[in-house]
Amino acid sequence: MEIKEQRDGDSLTIWISGRLDTNTAPEAETRINNALEGIKHLMLDLADLEYVSSAGLRTILCLHKTMEKREKGGLKIAHLKDEVKEIFEITGFTVFLNIV
Amino acid sequence: MKENELTLEASPENLGKVLEFVEALPEFAVLRPKDQNQLMICIEEIFVNIVHYAYSGQTGSITVQCGFEEETNQFRLRFIDAGIPFNPLEAKDPDISLPPEDRQIGGLGIFIVRKFMDRIDYQNIDGKNILTLAKNREER
Repeated sequence: MEIKEQRDGDSLTIWISGRLDTNTAPEAETRINNALEGIKHLMLDLADLEYVSSAGLRTILCLHKTMEKREKGGLKIAHLKDEVKEIFEITGFTVFLNIV
Repeated sequence: MKENELTLEASPENLGKVLEFVEALPEFAVLRPKDQNQLMICIEEIFVNIVHYAYSGQTGSITVQCGFEEETNQFRLRFIDAGIPFNPLEAKDPDISLPPEDRQIGGLGIFIVRKFMDRIDYQNIDGKNILTLAKNREER
């Protein structure tokens, strides 16, 4: 897994590539949380994310909750691959996530 | 059916070894990439479940057996452990209609396995959990 980030004022875009699984999700969550100070708009660009398991879903759920608590803030998810989108769909994550 | 088998210690860092073992099998290579991906996710979910819940921090071993079953046209995976008895078929489904603030993340892994696999059998024999998962082989 690799993470790239780009900050623009109170907006942060994070690119996650590779695998978001039981071994990598905790590190991803820590790194993203550490970058969230002063951020209202978080965008996860998952164009190069190949694989997500329930551990990755847990990370995304936590980030969603964190961002919802911020005034006028939120999490957006962009560029889901089909195999990643499928797991979001069967677990009902597509219902509440803002997927663009 | 040609049975491939791997036994290793139930520790989180061994997940990669199980995935590599399965990925290297010719019987696995003929599956559709979509089905391979679903199997990989299910292996992770089951393996992690055994490490964290069946053995719950204790040491123990996991045996993985797999191969292609001609008679059912399915790729079959079997996990054997000697941890706390746990039948995933009896696990309650998480409520996936709940809003995110009320969601419990627990149970999602087993739920995903049940959605992705075409057959799941559980037996407890001589104090061992024996969990069999199978995925239909679809035309590529």
